[in-house]
Amino acid sequence: MALKKTGSLFRFMLRRDRLRMPLWLIGITFFTLAVPVAFVDLYASQQERDGMAETMANPAMTAMVGPADLDNYTIGVMSAHQMLLLTAVVVGLMSILLVTRHTRADEEDGRLEMIRALPVGRLSNLNATLLVLCATHVVLALITGFGLYALGIDSMGLEGSLLYGTTLGATGIFFAGVTALFAQLFENSRATIGFSIAVLLVAYLVRAVGDVGNETISWFSPLNWVTRTEVYANNHWEPLVLMLGVAVVLGVLANYLNAIRDLEAGFFPARPGRKNASAFLQSPMGLALKLQRTGMIAWAVGLFVMGLSYGSVLGDLEAFFEGNEMMEQMLVAEEGYTLTEQFIPTLMIAMGLLATVPPGMAMLKLYGEEKKNRVEHLLGRAVSRARLMGSYLLIAIANGFVMLSLTGIGLWAAGDAVMEEGLDFGMIYGAALIYYPAVLVIIGLAVLFIGVLPKLGSIIWLYVLYSFIALYFGGLFDFPEWVGQLSPYGYIPELPVDDMAWMPVSMLVIVAIILMIIGFVGYRRRDIEG
Amino acid sequence: MSVLTVNNLTKQFGKFTALDGVNIEVNEGEIYGFIGPNGAGKSTTIRVLLGILKATQGSATIFGQDAWSDAVDIHKHIAYVPGDVNLWPNLTGGEVIDLFVKLRGSNNQSRREELIEKFNLDPTKKCRTYSKGNRQKVALVAAFASDADLYILDEPTSGLDPLMEQVFQQYVLEMKNKGKSVLLSSHILSEVEKLCDRVGIIRQGKMIESGTLGELRHLTRVHMLVETKQPLTDLNELKGVHAIEEKDQAVSFQVDAEALDNVIKHVSQFGIVKLESSPPTLEDLFMRHYEQKDESEVGGAS
Ligand SMILES: Nc1ncnc2c1ncn2[C@@H]1O[C@H](COP(=O)(O)OP(=O)(O)OP(=O)(O)O)[C@@H](O)[C@H]1O
Ligand SMILES: [Mg+2]
Repeated sequence: MALKKTGSLFRFMLRRDRLRMPLWLIGITFFTLAVPVAFVDLYASQQERDGMAETMANPAMTAMVGPADLDNYTIGVMSAHQMLLLTAVVVGLMSILLVTRHTRADEEDGRLEMIRALPVGRLSNLNATLLVLCATHVVLALITGFGLYALGIDSMGLEGSLLYGTTLGATGIFFAGVTALFAQLFENSRATIGFSIAVLLVAYLVRAVGDVGNETISWFSPLNWVTRTEVYANNHWEPLVLMLGVAVVLGVLANYLNAIRDLEAGFFPARPGRKNASAFLQSPMGLALKLQRTGMIAWAVGLFVMGLSYGSVLGDLEAFFEGNEMMEQMLVAEEGYTLTEQFIPTLMIAMGLLATVPPGMAMLKLYGEEKKNRVEHLLGRAVSRARLMGSYLLIAIANGFVMLSLTGIGLWAAGDAVMEEGLDFGMIYGAALIYYPAVLVIIGLAVLFIGVLPKLGSIIWLYVLYSFIALYFGGLFDFPEWVGQLSPYGYIPELPVDDMAWMPVSMLVIVAIILMIIGFVGYRRRDIEG
Repeated sequence: MSVLTVNNLTKQFGKFTALDGVNIEVNEGEIYGFIGPNGAGKSTTIRVLLGILKATQGSATIFGQDAWSDAVDIHKHIAYVPGDVNLWPNLTGGEVIDLFVKLRGSNNQSRREELIEKFNLDPTKKCRTYSKGNRQKVALVAAFASDADLYILDEPTSGLDPLMEQVFQQYVLEMKNKGKSVLLSSHILSEVEKLCDRVGIIRQGKMIESGTLGELRHLTRVHMLVETKQPLTDLNELKGVHAIEEKDQAVSFQVDAEALDNVIKHVSQFGIVKLESSPPTLEDLFMRHYEQKDESEVGGAS
């Protein structure tokens, strides 16, 4: 009885997701299939691939993408090594967002209450959600698996291809289980998403640290199981059995917790809160800060830890470079810089882009509040639109500065500790902060959208993603120069290797200011929605 | 003296005309009832008055200042309660009330405590856990705790229980006694009837009626219940008589105000045994506009 009408709900969810699901699937499949095809072009001979293997054979890369059989670096092994883990993270993210959407978010907004008032079982919604996710991931496994095989690349056999696809699917099912569990524990969808993503990030970091240092540590991370399948090399299926086994346990646990709790309740009961507002919560700015506090702290900790993890790798990197003649030749092109220093811009661009996410979110929050009909409480009182938007903007600007600083400080602190001759703080901090103007441009873009075309605000994320692909993978795939120049990050001098260039940097700041001004003017003129 | 003036206000959302030449005037010390069916444009009017939406045409002024360009100045002297109160799930009711009062300016702790107690609200609970009525109470406490000159209330009682509804009415009347003005949009017609000095009815973005309740009543029908010695005949042939219904010996019907004289003359010929009359309720008034709408639509189709 507890599962009555699960089938109907299953179909209903598929209907609600009829656009969303195919977009995720197409996106992930496209990315998965495009990379090996590009590699075939770029690294046609085994000699070129061995060169690539040499570049990858260092702790920093291992921390980023995991271990691989570098002596047998075929197109297949290379694709799996460089893409599988990152794609698995994206699949995990997809599960987290979709499961939350159909469980806690629906429950929190009272939609589940209406469903539950129908002759529908108590556990039907949860299990329909899990079924939808399982079905989706089976489809994902099959289309990526057979798709990869269909590329007809020698080193990518049928078993390996199916293992590749199944690994992605299994990771998705695993994180569906994680999210289903958190959806029972927490009363709201933000906490559900937040804690699930935290698990994803911790899993990534644990395996990064473990892969570089101590393999036993790695085994505690489900994302390590992804790389241990050794797709296209030894094709191990066992880690996936482990993954799916744990996923089933998580699913059963979620069902149990769902069965014993009240609708709209969690397991962390609401404590009585403050009777009066603190002195802090007396202005639009105070309110905005209070609303975002938890999220911002989480991001700050996350980025600092990321800086630390990258930094801790620098020591190994140095030791590694010392013994490797070929590597020294490859990187020695720039006079006067140590190999470590030359490696820093690569790390910084990744961290700089990631550090753009929290300030971007802080700015877009203003429109989120509008959609939830909450800004009218403020604008209906003696708060001007300029002051409201200004509060959010100031927070976003400060947020970006703090986040970038933390990545730099983290990198320096750990790097300085592990390297023999230490690291220069000014050099590292400067290399991090140089991305600030680009972050400002993204914030400015968010302001512009909120003021003029608020519905399209999420486009800034596409732009950040584009920047990531254009610049981070630009080197790998030999993109033409203009591809990078379409992104503000493409104009940032790569400190410490490049010289400081004030001109492009000041131009970026000016562009950011102009975007912000247009956004402010638009915001003062338009209707508030809701 | 007029506190709030809306003059020929038009608001379009794309091609859709939500408001079409709306006129409203609220005078000092007056409670103005704003009624109309769902989607008529009440909330839209109010949001233009708050400077949240920009008028397509016409003007909206409060305290003689423009509702759009002087919004912040105006808001220092008004209190607003929306119909759908959406609050921040992770703040407590007490925090929200303080923030709201603070954002307007003044702060009156003892008044706040009194209101919280009267409305029976637990201010230490997170807004996430509040029912619709409780969220509305948060907005009401914040509004009445502020010392405003004009109160703009958009369906403020749609979630309140009858007891709280009374508390609400008591505070509205208290405001009126202090000489404050109130713009009250509501679907609870008995509430409007009880509180409001003047009423405006809006339908499909157009004001179709406005005036004091007395004036409006004048335009409408009186309910009558008559018992006569001889059977009452030919009633349906008189002008201005509607909804005739036989009830045992008696007949009930409605009479247009201007036809009253004629009808009484006619009825008295049959020897009146009993005669009851009641004034039209606001509901009748309201319903009559629906009927008119239906009739006019039927007429238009034929
Ligand atoms: N942002 C908007 N875009 C398009 N149409 C809108 C928008 N806001 C309101 N409308 C339309 O304007 C009309 C008037 O809506 P409004 O909310 O003012 O009605 P209302 O009188 O307050 O109704 P209710 O009694 O249900 O609260 C409706 O038809 C509504 O659909
Ligand atoms: Mg309304």
